[in-house]
Amino acid sequence: MSPSSSTPFSSVPSPLGYGHRHLLGIEGLTADEIGVLLDLSEGYVALSRSQSKKTALMRGLTVINLFFETSTRTRTSFELAGKRLGADVINMSVAWSAIKKGETLIDTAMTLNAMHPDVLVVRHPDSGAVKLLSEKVNCAVINAGDGSHEHPTQALLDALTIRRRRGSLAGLVVAICGDILHSRVARSNIHLLTALGAKVRAVAPPTLMPTEIESLGAEVFFDMRRALEGCDIVMMLRLQTERMHGSYVPSTREYFHFYGLDRDKLAAAKPDALIMHPGPMNRGVEIDSEVADDIDRSLIRAQVEMGVAVRMACLDILTRDLRRDNAQAGGG
Amino acid sequence: MGAASNGNGRTAYLNARLLDPASGLDATGALLAEGARIADLGPRLFNGGVPEGIAAIDCAGACLSPGLVDMRVQLREPGEEHKETIKTAGLAAARGGIAAMAALPNTEPVVDDVAGVEYIARRAREAKLVKVYTYGAVTRGMEGKEITEIGLLAEFGARAFTDGLKAVADSQVMRRALSYARAHDQVIVQHPEDPSLADGVMNEGGAATRLGLAGIPAAAEAIMVERDLRLVELTGGRYHAAHVSTAAALKAIHGAKARGLRVTCDTAPHYFALSEADVGDYRSFAKVSPPLRAEADREAVAEAVADGTIDAVASDHSPHDQESKRLPFAIAAPGIAGLETLLPLTLALVHGKRMSLLDALARLTRGPADILKLDAGRLAKGAPADLTIFDPDLAWRIDPDKFLSKSKNSPFEDYPVRGQALATVVDGRMIYRAEGFGGAAGAK
Repeated sequence: MSPSSSTPFSSVPSPLGYGHRHLLGIEGLTADEIGVLLDLSEGYVALSRSQSKKTALMRGLTVINLFFETSTRTRTSFELAGKRLGADVINMSVAWSAIKKGETLIDTAMTLNAMHPDVLVVRHPDSGAVKLLSEKVNCAVINAGDGSHEHPTQALLDALTIRRRRGSLAGLVVAICGDILHSRVARSNIHLLTALGAKVRAVAPPTLMPTEIESLGAEVFFDMRRALEGCDIVMMLRLQTERMHGSYVPSTREYFHFYGLDRDKLAAAKPDALIMHPGPMNRGVEIDSEVADDIDRSLIRAQVEMGVAVRMACLDILTRDLRRDNAQAGGG
Repeated sequence: MGAASNGNGRTAYLNARLLDPASGLDATGALLAEGARIADLGPRLFNGGVPEGIAAIDCAGACLSPGLVDMRVQLREPGEEHKETIKTAGLAAARGGIAAMAALPNTEPVVDDVAGVEYIARRAREAKLVKVYTYGAVTRGMEGKEITEIGLLAEFGARAFTDGLKAVADSQVMRRALSYARAHDQVIVQHPEDPSLADGVMNEGGAATRLGLAGIPAAAEAIMVERDLRLVELTGGRYHAAHVSTAAALKAIHGAKARGLRVTCDTAPHYFALSEADVGDYRSFAKVSPPLRAEADREAVAEAVADGTIDAVASDHSPHDQESKRLPFAIAAPGIAGLETLLPLTLALVHGKRMSLLDALARLTRGPADILKLDAGRLAKGAPADLTIFDPDLAWRIDPDKFLSKSKNSPFEDYPVRGQALATVVDGRMIYRAEGFGGAAGAK
């Protein structure tokens, strides 16, 4: 089962069309490379929906989920992805405190490296930490979210979700709304959506809008209704509780009034506009339950399903060379 | 080294390009050091030959300037000797052509009492390398609340007062420090950043947004400088803004100088050599405080060094071990080990035709010496025989692994530069000599 073998990219060095050892971010990936990952994911959607759900592709390989920040959804999604590919999956949660600082990061990396994992899936509260760790280990590293920097598999699963519904991302108008300043999901999505030809609008109160976000290719809006005019996709972001009460926004009430997605604001978008959210949702803060649960408009549950498939594709593609080498060594 | 290092004897430095920014001297000639002092100098000195009993060193046309004064270094002693000591910093400074340096008080413990000042002085005497001056803290424990014994500290040798990498944030505390220090004619040196705006880790802008790092706006610096200038006006105090990094702050300082306020400032080479783009993908060696700024600010800093708005260029030497830097960018320690690269990085402004060699040397000699009121920074009869002999054109590439400093944290790895110290003389003693320099001159 290799759906990507039908994707011809002669200009890319790897026969698979993905020329990187790790997946640290969307920035730097070409549209073709993103396409390879999405095509491969399609096959895994089919597999996950089938009776058996599993392959033995990664049998004998070890995946370690190394999470320096609590996460149920992403960790579970990666765990399931690894297991469906037949890999041995180990979860490690490391309490990250400012006091212990980086010795934990490098020490943990070195310790794990000595156990010869084949893939490390890493989440860390500091931007750039996953890249730093990737420089210290011999295996492939997948960034499962680093600080406010990137969350590449989330952007890939979002793209897959959109592509399956709309056929293509080119020309679509996508509004990303909420705490853009602190959001790795927003950054990865801006990189990915613009690379695939979509138009991105960033919507947030000025206190949650990073400076010069235009340089990443997004158009800035402070008025949500205007931002949603003519939109194909409305992508909501989670607002952390600690940022609600007077620090970045005055109150949840005021935030919801101006930036919460409800029927009224959604009416500005195209009639068939779709709604997305990376989860977990704060109902009544950034999104109204009525729209979140609208089965005709909301892609939120589809996103979760696509997450497993995309992560299977990422694990698959990053271990292809290794599996080929192992097969040759075993066979020769 | 032989007789040349004999502090009691007489040594003639022959065939040198004498450069003294204070007097404007730029001529080929000779200099005679007698003991720890300059006895004579000039184009015609020893034209008739060097008399018996004087050791002679042939400078072979190299530049000879007042010993460089580095007004802002962190020595890490006491408290963090694994990063640097007064001895290792002294060796690094000497190789960098630096004859005197002023140490920030942010050690463990903080230099906020007389014992701290005396400790630094004693350790420097023992190391017997470059001259070490020390700052006193403005506030006890650098906590920004109660002012230190500024008068007593000054009597025991503190040369200026600063809370190091911390801004004196409270306006009333700053007002009183500026006001009180007047009685002892002491300068208050500020780390000019509004702390509440400066809670980020790199310059605010497109690069920080891309990397997902919290930004520090350029306005954080201008706001603090502008407030301080108001307080200088109010108190008549003497004020120095350290490592200025933005065009906006420089504009404010320029205006204050024009109004006749007693205000000076310095910068460090990385603020005119590098910009936020050099952070690249989370290079923690390029993390400094204040952060590397936008290209327009970098350009403004270079221009202000050239036009004299910036009075001094200091290394801002901030040695850190690997463990402090091999961290996620946000929690990596800020700072660059700069003693061994101060001279060539500053000379880049001369090679770039931005300023004259004499003007560049002024920022490294009499500029900082005058701010700290040191008996240094001049080639004159009777002045201390603190000398830097250097080749202004020698091309080389910076290799931090070869630093004499205990710490190698420099973003200038493999960076091409021109200019290198050949010898450093302190009180008549040659404490550093490059290989191949200064064979005894042929007898005449």
